[in-house]
Order: sequence, then C-alpha cells, then structure tokens
Amino acid sequence: MGMTITEKILASHAGKEFVEPGEIIDAQIDLALANDITAPLSLEEFEKVGAKDVFDPDKVVLVMDHFTPNKDILSAENCKKIREFAAGHKITHFYEGGNCGIEHALLPEQGLVVAGDLVIGADSHTCTYGALGAFATGVGSTDLTYGMVKGRIWFKVPESIKFHCYGKWSKWVTGKDLILHIIGMIGVDGALYAAMEFDGEAISALSMDSRFTIANMAIEAGGKNGIFRVDGKTEAYMKAHSKKPYRVFESDPDAKYRQVFEVDASKIELNVACPSLPSNVKSARELGGINIDQVIIGSCTNGRIDDLEAAAKILEGNKVSRNTRCIIIPATPKIYRQAMREGFFDVFLDAECVISPPTCGPCLGGHMGILAKGERAVATTNRNFIGRMGHPESEVYLAGPAVAAASAIKGRIAHPEEI
Amino acid sequence: MLIKGRVWKFGDNIDTDIIIPAKYLAMTDPRSLGEHCMEPISPSFHEKVSAGDIIVSGSNFGCGSSREHAPIAISALGIPLVIAKSFARIFYRNAFNKGLALLEADIADNIDEGEEVEIDLSSGVIRWRGMEVTAKPIPPFMVELINEGGLINYLKKQLEE
Repeated sequence: MGMTITEKILASHAGKEFVEPGEIIDAQIDLALANDITAPLSLEEFEKVGAKDVFDPDKVVLVMDHFTPNKDILSAENCKKIREFAAGHKITHFYEGGNCGIEHALLPEQGLVVAGDLVIGADSHTCTYGALGAFATGVGSTDLTYGMVKGRIWFKVPESIKFHCYGKWSKWVTGKDLILHIIGMIGVDGALYAAMEFDGEAISALSMDSRFTIANMAIEAGGKNGIFRVDGKTEAYMKAHSKKPYRVFESDPDAKYRQVFEVDASKIELNVACPSLPSNVKSARELGGINIDQVIIGSCTNGRIDDLEAAAKILEGNKVSRNTRCIIIPATPKIYRQAMREGFFDVFLDAECVISPPTCGPCLGGHMGILAKGERAVATTNRNFIGRMGHPESEVYLAGPAVAAASAIKGRIAHPEEI
Repeated sequence: MLIKGRVWKFGDNIDTDIIIPAKYLAMTDPRSLGEHCMEPISPSFHEKVSAGDIIVSGSNFGCGSSREHAPIAISALGIPLVIAKSFARIFYRNAFNKGLALLEADIADNIDEGEEVEIDLSSGVIRWRGMEVTAKPIPPFMVELINEGGLINYLKKQLEE
C-alpha cells in the first residue's frame, strides 16, 4: 500500500520502511522551536528533569517574538531567562532584537527548515513549514522539553485529507482566501488530528508566500500539519535561503486518504472570517456595511513581502480613513528592509499607516494595537476568537491583505475593486 | 480512581484564548493563571468554581494555541477532569503532560450545570442522575505514559539511567 508525504517523512524519521495512520512512532526531530511565551514553561521542565544539555545546540531555535519589544516587566524577565539559557547552552539560533522576526516567517527565511525535515515547535502555527514539504507541528512546552533533550518525540501517525485544487485564480485572490474557504467548508475541527495535503495545478500557480499562509492555518481546521508537494518554486526558495540538504517526498498514487476534496480555484472569492471562529466565512462583498476601527496587516499568516506588496498596491495614492487605524507589521527584518527598498514604506506613510517592528503583538492581544470594548478590526492574522485582540467585546474579521488594505481606506469592510 | 464532582458546562470550540487569554501568558505561576481561567466568557469563574468540580463541554475543547498555560490554569482551580465530545490535539497532549485528566464523551446535552457526576477514571464510566455513559477509552500509549508518572517523569527516569 502506498504512503502520503506526511507518512513518508514520519517513517523516515522513525527508521521505518512503512507507517500507517493510528500507529504510535518514536521519531527523530530535525528542529525544536520555542518562543518567549512557551520557552519559560519548557525551561522550568528542563530544570525539573535535571537535564544537562540540549540534544543539539544547532537544532534548538529560540525566538523572542510574541511580546517583544518587551511589553512589561514579566515579559522582559522571561526573555532574560531565555537569553541566559541560550548563552549557557550555546544555542546557535537565539533571536532577539534586531535579528528577530515572527518565528514562522523567520525560520524558513533563515534556511533553518527544508523539505523532508521533521520540526516540532511550542507554537501551534509551527505547521507553517509544511509549505516547504516538511512535516511540522505544534506541541506544548512539556513535549518540547522532551524533544529538546532527547532529539526525539512520540507521534500518532495522522490520517491525511487531500485538497486537490484546480482552475484559475481570480484577481486579488490569494492563499488566505483559499484556506478560509476550506475552513469555512470543513469547520474548525474538520481536519482534527489529520494531515492536510494541498495539491493540484492551482496550488502550483501560487507563490511560496501564499503557500506559507495556507499551511499556517491548517491548525485552524484542527489539522496536525499542512503539507505541500515540492516543486520548482519550493526548490528555488530553498536554494535562495538555505544551505541545508533537503529530501523530497511525494505521495504515492495509491496512498490512502480519509477524504479527498476537489476545490475549484476559479470559484473562490475574497473571503472574510467573521467573529468569533475562523470557520465563519463570508464573501467580502456581503460585508460592506460593517464599520471598522482598526486594520492589522502582518503576522505569521500574512506579514510577508507578497502581502505587503498587495497592501501597498491598494494603499498607493490613498489615505487610511480618519475613523480607522492601520498598522503594518513586516514579519522579519529582511522583509522590513525589502519593503522599505521597494518604496512600500513611503506608500504606507503617505497613507498614514503605522509601521510596527516585527512582532506577533496585536494578533494575540499582546500589545501594539489592542482593541477597546466594542471596537472592530480587520486583520490578516489567523484567529478571531472572543477577545483575541483585546477586550472580550471587541471583534476581529480575518481577511487577506487586499481586503484589509481596501477596508483601511474605506473605514469599513471593502473589496479592493471599490478603490 | 473515582472522581465525584459538580458540573460546569461550556459549549463547542472552547479555545485556548477563552481558557486563558494571551495577555496573561507572561505569567507562569499556576495560581495567577487560574484567576483568569475562562475570563472572556465567565469573568468570575475562578470564584464560583470549587476544587473537585469538573468541566463538561462540547466538541473541539482546547482548540487554538499550544499554550500549556491552558491546562495549568484549569488544574490550578482544583479541576481534576474535563469531559468533552472531542478535544483539539495539542491541548490533548498538553493536558496529560500536565496531569489534567480528559475523557471523550458526548454528554453535554444530557447534563445540567451544577449536577453531581461520578467518574471511574480507569474504566471511563460516567454516572449521573441514574444515567451511565462510558467514555472513549484513553489510548493505550497514553495510559502507559500516565503509569510512568507522565512524560516528564518518564524523561527523568531515562536521564537517571
């Protein structure tokens, strides 16, 4: 019987020829990631077990991105503890301050993840790296401690669900609209415990940035991981960013899937997920009557250069509505510089946007753009749960960068055609 | 192990931002986290709940982030067990790693808030008001881990050997 990409990567890391869904395996990991929120709990467990060292100081990555630049004394003390741990254990990849970006944009850009890798991260959006043809999944701090010490971790091999996407994309539509469409279709637990595999001609047509966006939100359907076939675009991306050798796995023609969905890309519109679940998806055209107070363009979902370019194209020559604040958050220093060089910063500043340093910040209601009671935001982020961006009675509408930029100009949810 | 407790009911898709809002995640102290458990939908939950009470919920409990602060906050209130129709996968692993027991059973529609339930954790049998439901068995591998004293004790033993 054939295997899927996910099964093949898991088998290869467990030293097995064959694995099947439901099987418990003990697998070797290529990278273990934690951030300023999840590492403190991990380090407490690390001390508790009396571990002396991490399994490989080159394969543990610590990224101070959630509450940084530190929002308060507690956050500053957490970062200090992690910084001291990183120095004490000679961790190669410790990111803080000017070399730091949002973890899931930063790691691929720094070449730390390539196709065929098995990555665990104490952050649910670790599934982003599936865009590179890697198996990547979120774990809690305790599981991460185990991985950090042993270089291995147990997994239950997931069933796979295939999303075969065909047809041509409409103007403005990106990976964000596709993944919102899929979550709207299958629900926030539609892929619970499963691997979400994306393929087809419409996927090949998407940029790497769009693919990162799609893989990033696999968790919002309950998925264990999102995964893509490696193609010329993936290889070009890896060659430009990494010196690590990569391994290409492909799903066998007779691989077994729990479900196969056929998705016609030409029918996908600019989508918006309304409060308070990512599955509450409507077309942007239906929501023009909803006034907004804030727009966030950034995050591990949509803070990459393609996203900033899409926003700049719409904002150029326009101004953000007087009733709305628009905050742009380039996800990494490299993206920040590129956006600056390409003139996007002038566009954003002329439009009277705020340009933030790279941080997760407002996405999780941390800092740098919190909502008051009754306020509404359109955000290119990934979650619109109750109180996610601030007050429990504030609301978040999730969208791609084109709708976000158009909405900033209009002060209400808007389609880019209206600009 | 037998657990007897009063029920607090929650709906479907109780996400980790409800269980413990991210603004409190710079804290690691269980007591402080417990004080904000369920705050966005039930601000005084931590005052109303008593040690030994249990949570009964619908599907996809614990969806969202990987924050282990979520099971820590629930446990900090003395809640030994969550029964839900289904759990999000990262939360499922985290809860067991942190010593919070979970049982998968679809009982939320047939039980009222405040009712007393009795649960035999080893058999997964849940009894209330003369009714009886058996929860989906905990996967054998998880039972082994629990018998080892949890993942951290299992790791500790390996390091000591």
